[in-house]
Amino acid sequence: MTALLEARHICVSLGGQEVLHDISMQVAPGEIVTILGPNGSGKSTLLRALLGIVPATRGEVRRSDGLRIGYMPQKLHVDRTMPLSARRFLSLPRRHSRGDCLAMLARLGVAEVAERPMAGLSGGQLQRVLLARALLSRPQILMLDEPTQGLDQPGEAAFYRLIEEVRTEAGAAVLMVSHDLHVVMSASDRVICLNGHICCEGTPRVVSSAPEYRALFGLGTRGALALYQHSHDHDHDHPHDHEPEHDHHRHGPHHHA
Amino acid sequence: MSPSTTTTGTGRITMLDDFLIRAALAGIGVALAAGPLGAFVVWRRMAYFGDATAHAAILGVALALAFDLPMNLGTLTVALAMAVTVAALAARGWAMDTTLGVLAHSALAFGLVGISFVPEARSDLSAWLFGDILAVSRSDLAFIWIGAAAVVALIVWRWQALLTATLNEDLAAASGLDPDRERLVLTLTMALTVALALKVVGALLIAAMLIIPPATARGLARSPEAMAALAALIGAGAVLGGLGLSLQLDTPAGPSVVVVAALAFVLTTGLGRPR
Repeated sequence: MTALLEARHICVSLGGQEVLHDISMQVAPGEIVTILGPNGSGKSTLLRALLGIVPATRGEVRRSDGLRIGYMPQKLHVDRTMPLSARRFLSLPRRHSRGDCLAMLARLGVAEVAERPMAGLSGGQLQRVLLARALLSRPQILMLDEPTQGLDQPGEAAFYRLIEEVRTEAGAAVLMVSHDLHVVMSASDRVICLNGHICCEGTPRVVSSAPEYRALFGLGTRGALALYQHSHDHDHDHPHDHEPEHDHHRHGPHHHA
Repeated sequence: MSPSTTTTGTGRITMLDDFLIRAALAGIGVALAAGPLGAFVVWRRMAYFGDATAHAAILGVALALAFDLPMNLGTLTVALAMAVTVAALAARGWAMDTTLGVLAHSALAFGLVGISFVPEARSDLSAWLFGDILAVSRSDLAFIWIGAAAVVALIVWRWQALLTATLNEDLAAASGLDPDRERLVLTLTMALTVALALKVVGALLIAAMLIIPPATARGLARSPEAMAALAALIGAGAVLGGLGLSLQLDTPAGPSVVVVAALAFVLTTGLGRPR
């Protein structure tokens, strides 16, 4: 099958500094690919380069002819001075019928926000409206930049399930960016581990046992699951720290080593 | 022909011979362009950008007088140069607050110093700073309405793209739009609107015509389209109200228009929902 989207040896510089070096990757129809990496590893920049928002200083990006992309940005700040309802937002820049907009909002479980101003939506509602807009263009590929940012744990898991469902319905490929390991791992067909360059790549199982991946996320011998449990279990005892005033949710530096 | 009326180029007497009607039409023309453009100025937080461009127009006046060029050409050229410069610096990531402060006030100061070298302009300096709407000629009127039509046409044509790019440039680029091009559209319309409005409200108050009507409309509008249209209507209303005020109380016309717009803002903000 031919790739929807392909990068060939691209380098990207921002402000004179090279943030991506020699990246080659592709996304085939229908697959879920996750770009994983720590903060500042160039994940969002890679997505923006693939979208053509930032130019590649070297190499080339190829998109298949007439590729329909549904893009969901990492965040969207709607200035309070702009009276923009969620439904009106869905028709930017391409107009969709009122019925299509309402049906899509209902599909994503946020029918009630249709006439509400964008500036007043909660984090979870905004994410769903952004996803609704991406889906309305009947995309062949969904490109999602940290789609669960600002959601709590249950909201995050529900959102990934939603993405998987709509992908199955729409038959679209998904390329998403994330810095969180646990949920993403189970939801992806393929993971690309990024830190300025591609450290490793493959199925979640292959990547999670790759030494490059473990080094990047400082996992030692504990593995992704251990990290998940540790970083979200806020009630555990700190074995080396018995002073009560220190006993509030401090995690050891070994996560970020 | 009665001696009190003036004759026109064609020799016929029309309602355009009445200076007050010309003033009203000129003001309405400016308001129709400034309203929708002003909505983008408010959404993009470009208020200072409007000031810089408007102040640069004074420099254009000085240059036009010094080199004996058509006034509209001078103001349009310099306003455009300023708008393009500011847009280019913004794209390079300059600190806009400081950059615009430096450019806006420097342009005004250079313009005022430049005008002082032209003896015939020195006397009616206040006309350039505060407008001279009651002295609008037929050719001024033609310039204003053709220019305003061009501004409105450009904004209507690019509406969806302008709105998307204003909301989020990445979103626009991912949809195949070019945010730089949309910014250029706004830059061009800004320079044109400043050139149109100079005679009507003067360099110091052009930004007021760009900002106060949309800010007033914000409290009443439920969609971007409604806000832009209402801003044009409120601006036109302020022009009529301001001219009436000026006639009644013998106040300067340009500032009176802005005073009426400001009162409308206070009124609608007071009546609107608390925000």
